[in-house]
Amino acid sequence: MTRNTWRRLSSGAALGVIYTLTALALIPLGLVLWFVASKGLPSVLHPEFFINSERPTGIPGGGVANAIVGTGIMVGMASMAAVPIGVLGGIYLAEYRVARWASWVRLASDVLVGAPSIALGIFAYTVMVVPQRHFSAVSASLALAILMLPVVIRTTESAVGLIPNGLRESGLALGLPRWRVSLQLILPAAAPGVITGALLAVARASGETAPVLFTGFGNPIFSVDPTHSMSALPLVVFRDALTPYNDLQQVAWGAALVLVVMVLVINLGSRWVLRRQIRLAGQL
Amino acid sequence: MAAALDSAASAPDPIPTPPDRYRAFIAFVSWAAPASLILIVAVLIQEAFPAIRKFGLGFLLGTAWNPVTLQFGALPAIFGTVVTSAIAIAIALPVGIAVAILLAEPGAVGIRGALGTGIELLAAIPSVVYGIWALYVLAPWTLLHLEAPISEHLGFIGFLGGPPRQTSLFTASLVLAIMILPTLSAVSRDVIRAVPRGLRESTVALGATWWETVWRVILPAARAGIFGATMLAVGRALAETIAVTMVIGNRFEIPHSVFFPAYTLASVIANEFTEATGDLYPAALIELGLVLILVTLTTNVLALVLVRSGQARVTI
Repeated sequence: MTRNTWRRLSSGAALGVIYTLTALALIPLGLVLWFVASKGLPSVLHPEFFINSERPTGIPGGGVANAIVGTGIMVGMASMAAVPIGVLGGIYLAEYRVARWASWVRLASDVLVGAPSIALGIFAYTVMVVPQRHFSAVSASLALAILMLPVVIRTTESAVGLIPNGLRESGLALGLPRWRVSLQLILPAAAPGVITGALLAVARASGETAPVLFTGFGNPIFSVDPTHSMSALPLVVFRDALTPYNDLQQVAWGAALVLVVMVLVINLGSRWVLRRQIRLAGQL
Repeated sequence: MAAALDSAASAPDPIPTPPDRYRAFIAFVSWAAPASLILIVAVLIQEAFPAIRKFGLGFLLGTAWNPVTLQFGALPAIFGTVVTSAIAIAIALPVGIAVAILLAEPGAVGIRGALGTGIELLAAIPSVVYGIWALYVLAPWTLLHLEAPISEHLGFIGFLGGPPRQTSLFTASLVLAIMILPTLSAVSRDVIRAVPRGLRESTVALGATWWETVWRVILPAARAGIFGATMLAVGRALAETIAVTMVIGNRFEIPHSVFFPAYTLASVIANEFTEATGDLYPAALIELGLVLILVTLTTNVLALVLVRSGQARVTI
């Protein structure tokens, strides 16, 4: 075998190994989706799963209505804080990207994304639950807002960064003040990307258990009072999955399926919107 | 430094305007991110203070965890955290780099798009969903098909000894490996893509095969950035809480074998925090959180600096 044949063969073999390893990487995704779907579907197919609240083991008809509403309220309140702050912060990073402190804010956001989410839970527990002397949905929202903030900042920055400079310059040339250019011209143009980022942050916050564990705490009773403890879908999955009772484990699988479907819809949808945004930005 | 130079070089010329209040306002708002980071660390230090004062540095080296006698040492949890992350990265690294090489490769857009979507979805699945899947599907399978045969044949090597359990250090490491893979491959892909085209083209022009180009030219050029991506993934592994809590077995001791139950910093907090009473017990748990956040923050800062310097160096 000549040296060149050997080189070609080994290159092909390496490519084969790389394809194999990549296929290996996608196996867990398929397995997780398959098992969550097949084990969760029996629970989800009962309409009372979405109508009833959690019930103790042995009592049939348990559902996750309280947890769905709880996740909605807690993540909704967190979004009301994190999205405006994050969007303005992201605009700052994109519009003044060489500003003195911009690189520090950028670094802090990237580091905050990697901060342990359980630490956010302890933080919210210390500054809200301890002074109030009881668990509350508001404290969970604080932890979730800090979790969402860096995601919103960084996605807004990249969405605003996609807008061509010509739009900015034409606004300024018309004599618009900087804030109007940025909020009334650039932000609407970047809106799909910004909304996508916010939705991705919402998806991430909805799936997080650790920050909610000792803030929202969980509550088997249907509750919409944000000053009291409240359930969330990830909490149901975490607590019920670890019980030895078959019916509660079923509820956990059902709740996991609801979570996965929500997260997948948001992610696939946002990828589609983002691709359109990039194409549109190219036409501007 | 390099990152600042890079963005200065690529940024458009700033349009001269008088200093405006809008800029000051959004600059102030953007400080919410650094401020919350500083505030979190400050609050954790303050709340952990009773334990820091009582145990000093001995906290990090102590092996006892007894809420009744108020003896608290973090070593078993630190051990579990470090070892699970190390095994996870050892498993995920070859796979993650392979995915990154494929994703960064020019051409083959269709497959690459689907592959990229798949890897991103892997990142999007909530931790607790990995947890329930690992507890009911992965752990029993691992016990039967990996742990039992390995410990049977290689059990004479101390850390592979049996009898293996379903919830163990090894199972937790496997889940972690799956969970950090997207971070590893996405960041490595960006770093590999930042390698200048000319480098690839000139190597191919010299007659190198595809693999020779990748292995001898592209990967070495992206080395610093790939190292950064690896550290970023390590940071994710260290910080991961819920999925690990569900499968590591929650046993506060340094295990003799990777097939035995163990504990990590984050899972001790997740399991015990709501039940901790008194002053010292919660403080000790918060000190575990403090150790965790300081280690992950350091890892992340170093990793990001490496990734950015890698990208900046090769783009200049």
